[in-house]
Amino acid sequence: MTPRLELKNINKRYPGVVANDDISLSIMPGEIHAILGENGAGKSTLMKIIYGAIEADSGEIYCDGNLVERHNPAISRQLGIEMVYQHFALFESVSVVENIALAMRGRFDLKALSEQVRALSQRYGMPVDPKRIVHDLSVGERQRVEIVRCLLQDPKLLILDEPTSVLTPQAVEKLFETLRQLAAEGCSILYISHKLEEIQQLCERATVLRNGAVTGVADARTTSSLELARMMVGSELPKTSHPPATPSSEPVLEVRGLTAEVAEGFGVSLRDVSLSVRAGEIVGIAGVSGNGQAELISYLSGETIAEKADTVRLLGQPAGHLDPARRRQRGLAFVPEERLGRGAVPTLSLQENAILTGHRRGMVRHGLLDRKKAAEFADHVIRRFSVKARNAQSVAQSLSGGNLQKFIVGREIELEPKVLLVSQPTWGVDVGAAAFIRQTLIDISRQGTAVLVVSEELDELFEICDRLVVMCAGLVSRPLETAETNREEVGLLMTGLDKTTQSRKEVDLALHD
Amino acid sequence: MRFTIEQRPEPSVTMRLAAPVIATALTLFVGSILFLALGHDPLRAFHAFFIQPISTMNGLSELLLKASPLILIACGLAIGFRANVWNIGAEGQLIMGAIAASGIGLFWPNPDSVLLLPLMFLAGMLAGMAWAGIPAFLRARMNTNEILVTLMLTYVAALVLSWLVHGPWRDPMGFNFPQTALLPPAAMFEPFDYAYRLTPAIFITVVAVIAMWLFTDRSFMGYKLTVGGAAPRAARYAGFRESSAIWVGLLAGGGAAGIAGMAEAAGPLGQLSSTISPGYGFAAIIVAFIGRLNAFGIVLGGLLLSLLILGGETVQITLGMPSAITRILQGILLFFLLAADFFIFYRLRRLKEAV
Amino acid sequence: MSLFIAIVAGTIIAATPLVFAALGELVVEKSGVLNLGIEGMMLIGAVFAFWAVFAGLPMPVAILIGALSGAAASLIFGVLALTFMTNQYAAGLALAIFGGGVSAFIGRGFGSTPIPSLARLDIPFLSDIPVLGPMFFRFDPLVYLGLFMVVAVGWFLYRTKAGLILRTIGESPQSAHAIGQPVIRIRYMAVLFGGAMAGIGGAYLSVAYTPLWVENMTAGKGWIALALVVFSTWRPTRLLVGAWLFGGMTILQLQGQAFGLRVPSELLSAVPYLATIVVLVIISRNRQLLMLNFPASLAKPFRPSG
Repeated sequence: MTPRLELKNINKRYPGVVANDDISLSIMPGEIHAILGENGAGKSTLMKIIYGAIEADSGEIYCDGNLVERHNPAISRQLGIEMVYQHFALFESVSVVENIALAMRGRFDLKALSEQVRALSQRYGMPVDPKRIVHDLSVGERQRVEIVRCLLQDPKLLILDEPTSVLTPQAVEKLFETLRQLAAEGCSILYISHKLEEIQQLCERATVLRNGAVTGVADARTTSSLELARMMVGSELPKTSHPPATPSSEPVLEVRGLTAEVAEGFGVSLRDVSLSVRAGEIVGIAGVSGNGQAELISYLSGETIAEKADTVRLLGQPAGHLDPARRRQRGLAFVPEERLGRGAVPTLSLQENAILTGHRRGMVRHGLLDRKKAAEFADHVIRRFSVKARNAQSVAQSLSGGNLQKFIVGREIELEPKVLLVSQPTWGVDVGAAAFIRQTLIDISRQGTAVLVVSEELDELFEICDRLVVMCAGLVSRPLETAETNREEVGLLMTGLDKTTQSRKEVDLALHD
Repeated sequence: MRFTIEQRPEPSVTMRLAAPVIATALTLFVGSILFLALGHDPLRAFHAFFIQPISTMNGLSELLLKASPLILIACGLAIGFRANVWNIGAEGQLIMGAIAASGIGLFWPNPDSVLLLPLMFLAGMLAGMAWAGIPAFLRARMNTNEILVTLMLTYVAALVLSWLVHGPWRDPMGFNFPQTALLPPAAMFEPFDYAYRLTPAIFITVVAVIAMWLFTDRSFMGYKLTVGGAAPRAARYAGFRESSAIWVGLLAGGGAAGIAGMAEAAGPLGQLSSTISPGYGFAAIIVAFIGRLNAFGIVLGGLLLSLLILGGETVQITLGMPSAITRILQGILLFFLLAADFFIFYRLRRLKEAV
Repeated sequence: MSLFIAIVAGTIIAATPLVFAALGELVVEKSGVLNLGIEGMMLIGAVFAFWAVFAGLPMPVAILIGALSGAAASLIFGVLALTFMTNQYAAGLALAIFGGGVSAFIGRGFGSTPIPSLARLDIPFLSDIPVLGPMFFRFDPLVYLGLFMVVAVGWFLYRTKAGLILRTIGESPQSAHAIGQPVIRIRYMAVLFGGAMAGIGGAYLSVAYTPLWVENMTAGKGWIALALVVFSTWRPTRLLVGAWLFGGMTILQLQGQAFGLRVPSELLSAVPYLATIVVLVIISRNRQLLMLNFPASLAKPFRPSG
């Protein structure tokens, strides 16, 4: 049988990095094939090359035995290759059906297309309303739109890039069913992930990447997790040590009945949110992103000011009315999920980015900057967190995402905060560095810092947190002791907290789909 | 052979220095084509444009005289531009500064007072700041686009000026020219040498350049403004207030322009007239960009633009070329500079055989 | 009554250059590009169209030349902003300054020579209706073309696939590129369209509104057009209403002067500029209304990255 897709010796380099190093692989019709690799292994680059969104420096792509001479996304679609991006390529300001129409050839007839969308989404059990504006959809719904858009093209090869990072465990199950149904109909599926269990559960074969090169092709069902992990990381997965917590009796960060209405389409309204973090413990916020985590965090950091000062309390004092600078003065530090543009200024050097939040540590005297102090601080962070950068003069945007993340996490930890907020602590960071960041978070909590972590990765939260809360549709669950709960319970809470009708509806959806 | 454009891993220091030189050279090249097209010998035109104006002491004095307000205003504007605060209305702020200063100079009860000049300085600065304060207030409080407001206010300022010099403030002995009476001697800067027009007002500019350098390069406030301009969300994250960046950015430009207006009235002109500014407020925007929003770059940019203005006047007189040529060359210079800047961050790379 | 008719008809005429320029800019901004150089493009369109009539070319050709010269001017901006990814504010300002210089340079010989102006095109029958006829149906062809363009642009943006693509590029060029849209090419076309429309707007001033060439004759209309785009919250119909509002302001100010209102003429002339500020403030306070149609990628440089 001719492979549906065959890659031969694909190379792609960026200034300073080799993203893909002589990669070859093949996928048969109807096969579910995994590309396994940790963050930064070159998976996404490879997928974009297959889809034609970026051009390889050298190498050949064959589709159904024919060499693809020129390549771009339009040609991909002619060949029947469709791609669901990790961060969706949907347009927020237009409706579902308009988004889909963009990818369709032929007449521009929104009415007829809406009907098609309805029919197809029913058939694969992925209900979407074609008329809704994408802006108002949840992340899970957006993914459905993406998949429906691809399926309308009647694809021969479907590429999914880390599709489960935005889904609850239950929704992942649903997705897998759909994918198996598709494969059974003859569609090949290229499934990109760094999650071992998923790949073992879903895929037939796995091509494993490390540092841009193929380290092996394995039978996903018979190869052990340990074996796969070794191929992926090159060594055994590092483990963190987790001594028992001895939290303070009084909370140092407290949210009391925080309610914040926002107009529809402008974010998620927070509804009567309460939670507390004590000194010496790590509390995690679990949940599918887009359920109010970003809004809550911005109320905690002070980027959004609360209406009532008492709804956010820091070290026992009302703090909801304080701006970020004043909260930091009182001992708060914060690692936001956006690294470039929020956590760091892209065009400034690491040294200058150290001043951004570190200015209180002797870097400013009489209103003037002490650049030497800033450089010392930045150098220290670079060394301690093994940030790969030429030196403290390197511009933030020249660093890889993972390295910049290490710098920002390091900077905030070096401020020796009393309360540390961390969003997605290990996004885009390689396994070794991720373990180091997690261990450091545990260590500083054991030294008496109150740590609040927001993460999409349940595994990560289970690994480092002492207690967990779950966010869904702007509501926060009661706290769960990590040791006394499990993924299923948390997963169920993620699909719907049974306080209001709206979340009830979502539970129904999740159960009946 | 194919080429691709790729981002440099680090911005190129060489290009950063070379870009203005390349842009100037390209402007000269286009300029010579323009001269040729107008039927002039490019070499002669060049000489008239760029050499002749500064080959005499008087020419040098004029060069500094024109560069001074350009540099002063550009320093103020650049502080705002760094924070992404786009004050395009320095021309209007200059006019208001000139009006306020002249008002003091003309109507202060004691025309011989030694306080007159300092008072005019203060009035000019405050008037410029007030005129820039309107868009600052509107943007900080009402989220109103400052580009449009500063521009609209420039038109309004020009009309106010026109009304004053045609109406209530017109010099009754001035043969109906749209200008006020001459300011009393105590209300004017005394030239270094009566043979030339250059006055000690240029020291104001020197101080402004040093202050600008200190502020942007050394001060924490300047740092905050830079962060706010480069990454507004990072500024919010760090707790740097946007509204203070807006106020500082606009008031700096307004104050500088107001002072420049005062210095024009109290310096070379000696009165308020409908042509108080030959477009310094707009040209200063170009100066700020040529100087890359950096104090010493602005000094060079100011001298260059001053030369362009002076050269334009010279070729008009000696070769009969249209004065509009100055504005065309200004525009072209800015075009080339912006394009050349691209190569600080990007480079051409030869492409190997692709898929 | 005749005064009222004159005011309404005058308003529609005075609004026409604004309609062209602002409508062009609306399309440019919808694609995510901010071209501040309208004033310069209008002046270039005005001077070239004037030159064409001056040189004895037929009127339609003159207006076409105005459009083409405006588009050519916008191409300079396009190359800078789209290919060289320069700061769009700076590139637009440079174009405004450059356009002023070029037009003054070319127009230096024209002095205040009057030229034949664009002839009126009375709509048969309709123009004979009392009151309504002279009010709405006795304009030159460009007035009708302006109104037609409002409808056409609205239809294009919201009823065609090309318009949908343009809007999505304005929201997220990254995503548009990811699904294979030629972002840069489409933005170039939008910029050229904007330039051509500004050129026509300028041409209207110099060959129809006041058939004369005066240096800087746009007197800020290019900037007011920019304000109109914000005022319209990027909707063509609202843009038309806004343009009429400003046209009305201009006419009332002229009428005020004619009636010898005891206010200095300079202060009356300031009214449209002040009105622009007031209107901007009112619109800008409502952030949600602005966000609704705001092209999210406006003025952010984009490079299709591999």
